[in-house]
Order: sequence, then structure tokens, then C-alpha cells
Amino acid sequence: MDSQTKIEIRDLNVFAGKTQILRNINIDIPKNKITVILGPSGCGKTTLLKCLNRLTDLYPELKVSGQIMIDGSNILVAKEDIYKLRQQMGLLSQRPYPLPMTIYNNIAYALKLRGIKNRRETHKLVMHYLQQANLWEEIRTRLREPASRLSIGQQQRLCLARGLAVNPEIILADEPTSALDPISSQFIEETFLKLKNDYTIVLVTHVLRQAKRIADNVVFMYLGDVIEQGSVEEVFGNPKMEKTKLYLGGTFN
Amino acid sequence: MYLLNRKQRHAVNYTWMIISLLLVAFLPFLLFLGLYIKSVLLLDDYSLVDLIFSRTWKPSSGQFGFYPFIVGSVWVTLVAMLITAPVCLLTAIYVTQYTRKYFLRIMHPAIDILAGIPSVVYGLWGILVIVPFISQYLGPWMGVKTMGYSILAASFVLSIMIIPFVLNILIEIFRSIPMELKEAALSLGATQWQTIKHVLIKKALPGIIAAFGFGLARAFGETMAVLMVVGNVVRLPKSVFDPGYTLPALIANNYGEMMSIPKYDSALMFAALLLLAVSLFFNLVMHFFIVRYNKF
Repeated sequence: MDSQTKIEIRDLNVFAGKTQILRNINIDIPKNKITVILGPSGCGKTTLLKCLNRLTDLYPELKVSGQIMIDGSNILVAKEDIYKLRQQMGLLSQRPYPLPMTIYNNIAYALKLRGIKNRRETHKLVMHYLQQANLWEEIRTRLREPASRLSIGQQQRLCLARGLAVNPEIILADEPTSALDPISSQFIEETFLKLKNDYTIVLVTHVLRQAKRIADNVVFMYLGDVIEQGSVEEVFGNPKMEKTKLYLGGTFN
Repeated sequence: MYLLNRKQRHAVNYTWMIISLLLVAFLPFLLFLGLYIKSVLLLDDYSLVDLIFSRTWKPSSGQFGFYPFIVGSVWVTLVAMLITAPVCLLTAIYVTQYTRKYFLRIMHPAIDILAGIPSVVYGLWGILVIVPFISQYLGPWMGVKTMGYSILAASFVLSIMIIPFVLNILIEIFRSIPMELKEAALSLGATQWQTIKHVLIKKALPGIIAAFGFGLARAFGETMAVLMVVGNVVRLPKSVFDPGYTLPALIANNYGEMMSIPKYDSALMFAALLLLAVSLFFNLVMHFFIVRYNKF
């Protein structure tokens, strides 16, 4: 059993002004597994995710301290090449935000940023990533249409394909199915299960059943603290902390 | 208790809405019709092409050539837009993408104050500052002899007048782009400038065009400030340092005077009709571009 650690979060603290959003977060995220970050809304899950690819830089009011080690190097150090870093991770947000381009160019743009400009190669890879995201068959004849014409579920899969196109090692997903219908959600979940052989997946969700279905590891957070973490069997089967038990039992408020 | 039952109230409200709608929808049409009827006297005697492309303006001898006014108006407007467009676009991008939020909170009132100043004040300021600046500094520096009252002066004043309006719209447009779209582009490894260039501007394009079109229409119709600094000389301007004359200035300067000259009032009505037609044309072109770029 390969249990190599991909991401190590140590003593991560995030402040927005005087409010502390994340408190002393310590998490180990294993390689090629799906790690689910679980918790009620507003507990800092999204902020944690944004720390991982330094989108927190966009919000000058956020103060981030601590360490996030990816493959042994601390990404919170200012001199880290932030563009390379972000390309190590594909991001999938709560709602799909396709770029204002054609379906094809949404993927091709990601490839271009990665340095691939050769047309034949671009063509091949666009097809490859759309297949990986389970979308190719539905849209193969519509590649030149604006991406905004796709359904929400298709857009989300397009965003996944776009995220994969930067050739990341990690996939960050922030409640990626919360805006989707059950069938599209299932598509995304199945895709994740297929992808975890090649990628380390960090999935934020508040849906218990989704966590049960696809998680290998679970991190339970509440109001900026990590309450409990461990394998899915441990956390769901035998929760140690009172708060976890309450949340899993559905009587949490 | 109500006087009318729900169904009746609905009918009354509905009727009112229809009436207001018709009013709004027919106003431009009525305006057009009124101006047309008034200028028919002129159009009976001269061909449309003659009126628009003839260069001689001598109402007393019955020569009505609107070409210098049309050219003057177009020059003033285009040069004003050449100044306004880049300034507004870059400022809007800077304040929405690069500065902190409080900066915008300081800037907004300043922009609103600029937008609220009456145009005659801008005109006066143009006479006191811009005109001497052009005649004493800019003209000599460029090696041009100019008296300052010129197309360029009018364009300067105009652009300063319309910048607050266009800027306000552009800032709103850039602010309405969801943060997540920006995050999506950045998460692909794009730099901030690439994100702005390839994603944000593209997303905002229909709005940007609309904002510029709005500025263009305002500039084209602006009367007071322009007539105070443009020189009001009926001549085809050869460069932006030459004085000119615009359609709105023609109407404002002359309506009510010299009306004893035959067909003179008809000619001024025709100028208004031209103004309306050109504004309409700008609107149509703008609309075409908005529809074209709005598909994303």
C-alpha cells in the first residue's frame, strides 16, 4: 500500500483582519488518494483550498502563516514560482466558470499557458482531456461553440478537462457538484475515481454521502479547526470526537 | 378594502404600463417626424447629397452646405474618443484589478463630482486653460501656428467631460466580472496581465463597446462646452489645430437669430435631423458589435 504524503500542511493559520479563519491546521494529504475535507459551510474549507494554490494572494486582507509542503518544498515562501505552482494543480470550483472562449479554446488556452503551441499536438491533447473528463462524446461536434452554451453539468466537466490540461499532479475541487444535477454529479465522481490513480485529489464537500462514496481519507473541519482526520473507515466507522459523531449523525448545528 | 378587485387592478396597471411603453417607443419616431416635417422646405429644393456634401455655407445667398459641420462634429468626437477610450480602459483596469478596495471608495466620489459639473463650466475652463495651453505651448512645440480655439481644444474638453461617465460604466463592468473567473484563469498558471488580456477584457467586451458607444453619443451631441472652444469657423479643418464648427453648435448659435433669411430655420431643423440620424447610426453600429461579441 502506497501511502506517500504529497501535501503536508503544518501550523497553517489564516487571518482576515482580526478574525481567524483557519487555526493551527495540520494535515497530511496522501499521494494518489482522494482526500475529502468535510465540514459545515463557513468552516474555512474553501480558504484552505485557496491556500494550496496561493489564490489567497488575490486577497490582500488575508494573512497566511505556517507551512504547506508539496513534495517537500514550502509553497508559502514568497519566491516560489507561483505560475508553475498553480499549474501543478487543477482547480474545480463550486460553479463552473468557463473562459469566455469556444469549448476548444478553453482547453487550448490552458495548453498554451503550459507552452504547447503546436496545432496538431494541441488538437490531440484537447481531445484527450475532454475524454478524460468524460465529455468528448457529447460535444465532439460542438467544439467551436462558445463554452457558455453548454449545460451546467457539461461546463463543470469542461472546467475539469481544462484543469487537467495544465498537466497537474493535484486536483483541487471545491464542492464541485453542489450546483449540479445528480447525473452530472455522478459523472464527476466517477471521473474522480478513475483519476485518482494518476492524481492526488483534494475534494471539499459538505455532502456526507459523497464523502462516503469516494473518499479514501477524511478531514473533518469545524469553525477553522481540524477536528478529526484519518482514513474513511476510521472517521466514519469509529469517530473519536464528539463533534464528528454529531455531524455524521446529522444532529449537528 | 380596495375600490377595484384584483383582476381590475391588474388591468389598470397593465394599461398604464402599455401606455408608458408606447410613449417611450414612439418618442424617437415622433422626434424624427417633427424634424423631418420642419426641414421638408429645404429638402424640397435641394438634394440630400447636395446638402450633406456641399461645402459652402452662405444662407443669405441660399447656399446650405452641411459638410463642414459634419466633418467638424466627426473630428471633434473621434479625437475626443481617441483620448477617452485608452484613458478610461486603463484606469478602469487599474482601479479594479491592481489597487485595494479602499482606493475605489475614494475615487468614486471624485468621479461622480466630475460627472456632475455643468458643461458650461467645462467650456469656461477650456477657454481659460486649454485654449491658451494649445496656442502658447502645444502649438509652438509642435511647430504649428494656432489660435488655440480648435478641434483639439474641443476634443480635450469633451474627453474630460465624458471620461467620468465612461469610466463609471467601465468600473462597474469590471467589478461585475465574478472573482471566480479570474481565479479560474490564474489557476491555469496565467499571469495577472494574461488574465486581464485574454479573459477579463474578452468577457467585458460587449460592455466596453457599449460604454464607448455611450461616450461617443454624448460627445457627438455635446453643445455648450464645444461651441465655447471650437472656434466656430465654417471651414473644413485641415488639422486638429484648426478651428471648426459642429452641428450642435450651429443650431445653438443661430436658432432664433437671422430667421428672416428664407429657409434658414428649415436648415437648422435639417441639422438637428442629421444629428439625430448620426446618433442613430452610432447606436446601430454599437449594437451590432455588442450582439457580435456577446456570445461568450
